[in-house]
Amino acid sequence: MSPHGNPEVPASAATEINREAPKASPVVETASVPTDSPAPVETKPVETQPTGRTGWGLWEVFVRSSRGLSHVHAGSLHAPDAAMALRNARDLYTRRNEGVSIWVVPADAIAASDPDSKGSFFESPQGKDYRHATYYTKSEGVKHL
Amino acid sequence: MAVQNLQSVPAELSPEELEAAAQRDADGQANFDRVMAEDSRIEPRDWMPADYRKSLLRQISQHAHSEIIGMQPEANWISRAPSLKRKAILMAKVQDEAGHGLYLYSAAETLGQSRDEMMDALIAGKARYSSIFNYPARTWADMGAIGWLVDGAAICNQVPLCRASYGPYGRAMVRVCKEESFHQRQGFEILLELANGTAEQKQMAQDAVNRWYAPALMMFGPPDDDSPNSRESMAWNIKRFSNDELRSRFVGMMVEQVRVLGLTLPDSEIRFNEDTKKWEHGPLDWNEFKEVLAGRGPCNAQRLERRREAHDDGAWVRESAAAYAAKQVNKQKEYAA
Repeated sequence: MSPHGNPEVPASAATEINREAPKASPVVETASVPTDSPAPVETKPVETQPTGRTGWGLWEVFVRSSRGLSHVHAGSLHAPDAAMALRNARDLYTRRNEGVSIWVVPADAIAASDPDSKGSFFESPQGKDYRHATYYTKSEGVKHL
Repeated sequence: MAVQNLQSVPAELSPEELEAAAQRDADGQANFDRVMAEDSRIEPRDWMPADYRKSLLRQISQHAHSEIIGMQPEANWISRAPSLKRKAILMAKVQDEAGHGLYLYSAAETLGQSRDEMMDALIAGKARYSSIFNYPARTWADMGAIGWLVDGAAICNQVPLCRASYGPYGRAMVRVCKEESFHQRQGFEILLELANGTAEQKQMAQDAVNRWYAPALMMFGPPDDDSPNSRESMAWNIKRFSNDELRSRFVGMMVEQVRVLGLTLPDSEIRFNEDTKKWEHGPLDWNEFKEVLAGRGPCNAQRLERRREAHDDGAWVRESAAAYAAKQVNKQKEYAA
């Protein structure tokens, strides 16, 4: 078994590629997500791009640059299914050995916070300086603290 | 996260399949050994020895439980904090402990155990957590002593865990350590203020330090010659330093800091050993440690009871959230139809 890196044997094919490609969803369907949610922090699907002539869905690509680090979003691509998405991601985002592991996630499956409600959504930490060590000045200079 | 690469092999495999499974295990072991030798990281989808998985699962879930139970001694004091500022700080700290519990449960889940199973084990009293949280927090000064000594010991323990060989654990610890940095300082400052207050307040601070000192030292675990899991854990690059080594370092730091407080540590045998270049401390009551771990500490029953109560009290929230989500799905289906 070659866990990572062998282009001919996609990493653990059975488990990593067990998801269907996102259905080529017409834009109308995205619009049908109820927008009257009362919550100010309503999550909405990442903009689904038209799947175009090919009917290939959009995939978000996450790359782990080395063992011990987390997967970080690198970008996106179109592909007909998970296996192709992984291979395309390898070709597109790791041509210079940028990664040891790749995740591809159907863009439709990602829920994101609303950029417009950024202010209120992230309001809570404002003014809570006491969550940082620098707030505690009387202990400044005490060794190992 | 999918569980895979478990060594258990179904009985009805053909000889060829068995051979292939054995080959996978051998390749996996070789890869694992190489990662260990390079001091690199194992990630969830990698093959790993069953004992490594088991040992990590034990450690990470116990760590998570400790964070969750650890909210209690301090949450107890939120309503009685002496000022709005102290109340806000204490709430932020208890929130952090909850968050740390959740980071750690997620890390443990990547090893193949569900969160529900872990929660159930804790509530059923089958899971262990740090013995320190079975001691009572009697006065406001205890909030200071817990922050300074208990969080101080925890940080000492946790900083090397940021380099643990299991990727998700190490990454969780990085977040935890970053956030903990204020915990110890706020505790230190509570003690500093009390120590510079009235004679009565100073005495209250000293009492709290006296009560928390030994339990905090025992947080590092049993002495090296009586620590059953340590050797393996160190061979697997999960633990980087032995219990006694970390304990000795911690004592050295406390000796310096207690001077700034103008208080004393309740241990007349603390000394720096010039030969070993290590700090030494007086004897600790390891029987007490074992008793508390076995469930016979001052607050074990109370802590578990409170956890059960909180879990039951939260049932309607979990149920409502699930019902609401199900309703939304139905709505969307109707809409699409």
